[in-house]
Amino acid sequence: MALYSEKVMDHLMHPRNVGIIEDADGIGEVGNAKCGDIMKIYLKIENDIIVDVKFETFGCGSAIASSSMATEMIKGKSINDAMALTNQAVTEALDGLPAVKIHCSVLAEEAIKNALKDYYEKNNIPYDKSQFPDCEHCGHCHE
Amino acid sequence: MHVYADNAATTAMSQVAIQAMLPYFDKVYGNPSSLHSVGQVAKEALDEARKTVADCLGCEPREIIFTSGGSEADNQAIISAARFGARKGKKHIISTAFEHHAVLHTLQKLEKEGFEVTYLDVNNANHNVSAQQVKDAIREDTCLVTVMYANNEIGSVLPIPEIGAICKEAGIPFHTDAVQAVGHIKINVREQNIDMLSLSAHKFHGPKGVGALYVRKGFPLVNVIEGGAQERGKRAGTENIAGICGMAAAMKDACDHIDENMPRVTAMRDKLIEGLSKIPHCALNGDRVHRLPNNVSFCFEGIEGESLLLYLDANGICASSGSACTSGSLDPSHVLLAIGRVHDVAHGSLRLSLSDYNTMEEMDHILTVVPQIVQLLRNMSPVWRDLQTGKRTYIL
Repeated sequence: MALYSEKVMDHLMHPRNVGIIEDADGIGEVGNAKCGDIMKIYLKIENDIIVDVKFETFGCGSAIASSSMATEMIKGKSINDAMALTNQAVTEALDGLPAVKIHCSVLAEEAIKNALKDYYEKNNIPYDKSQFPDCEHCGHCHE
Repeated sequence: MHVYADNAATTAMSQVAIQAMLPYFDKVYGNPSSLHSVGQVAKEALDEARKTVADCLGCEPREIIFTSGGSEADNQAIISAARFGARKGKKHIISTAFEHHAVLHTLQKLEKEGFEVTYLDVNNANHNVSAQQVKDAIREDTCLVTVMYANNEIGSVLPIPEIGAICKEAGIPFHTDAVQAVGHIKINVREQNIDMLSLSAHKFHGPKGVGALYVRKGFPLVNVIEGGAQERGKRAGTENIAGICGMAAAMKDACDHIDENMPRVTAMRDKLIEGLSKIPHCALNGDRVHRLPNNVSFCFEGIEGESLLLYLDANGICASSGSACTSGSLDPSHVLLAIGRVHDVAHGSLRLSLSDYNTMEEMDHILTVVPQIVQLLRNMSPVWRDLQTGKRTYIL
């Protein structure tokens, strides 16, 4: 199918890290069912390393593929590396996304950041609030 | 197994239609407007095709204008009625909230010019519009009623003969976008009091890029495309002879076999509806009783339509959805919203549209695959988890 790259189709048809972590150290959820996509990321963190990550996604093919790729990219990495993950990096790793689907990669970045923020707050770790901008990819969240 | 179940988008061409077209690419290549013999042979083919199409609709050949497709026919019918109405100071149009964009966008253009349009609500119980609603919306200054014959997404068949009778009584021109209906259900424009009707060849195994507008004798058409005097001066441009002949052949084939195809396709449709209804937390979209023989449309809660389509495609099933992600906008289909589906579930829609080329074995394949894929996607959906754990309330 020409709409998506082979990488996207691979991550859609064989998504990595699907599921939940019961005793997660950080959970992040972004999106809105009204918009048609919700992404939820679960992190298990030990000594500042993301030792496990799972995701659940309600959304289109590129949303599922973006979640799958993003979780692969932060698994085993430090929380600082995870904080530095950008949607551009996710998009590039997927060999590109159609222009109308770029927001799916933004959701993946935001979901991971939200999960890290949850981890910081649960553990009373100070963090820079400016690193966590509000989701602004659509208007529905604010209705 | 490969199953094509997106026949409302387009159909495979029939051999009858292909064979009918072939001579007009090389052997009979004339321009019907030419006086010489080569041109006149093409003219004869054009006349013959016009008669065939007219016979299928129950009208006269001179009441058929060939167009580039359904959208152009819709545009021309609506613009013509609007111009005719405006000359008499009538600038009110009645339509429905779930028309095709070819109709809706034309109406929106007219609204910017000062026309007023009443978009009839779709009944959220039976997913249809009643003739009484049309009657109640008629005003002194109503210049057109344009109501689709059957809905392309959810398959509801509207009470066209009843609406036709009301419009005739009130003396208001009545146009119907019958793109999804022609070749699939029986239509007679005279008996059903239809003044204008749009159709498209590729919805009944004909070629793409060709359609027709039936317009009752005497109704003043306005040109959408200006130029030469083709189509009695109402539609300029050298005729697409091959396409027109392919359309006529496909239309005759569909009309000749409608009595055997309708029940066969309906049986496949009903098998799908019955089987898919067993999936928990789903809902059938469209009128259960007054329904196209080939339309199956569902909303499945907790999943999104585009990923569903991609998984189905990977399992050999071609279908479509009204989710926002398949339209490139943030909002799901206006049709699903019009029947009262909220955004959350409208995103999880699936349309399977059949044709006489489908088989019962294919229906079995669909009924095996769809429930599995729905469950697979639900298993990775945080919405589904919230529904299951009670954090979110089921809508369906």
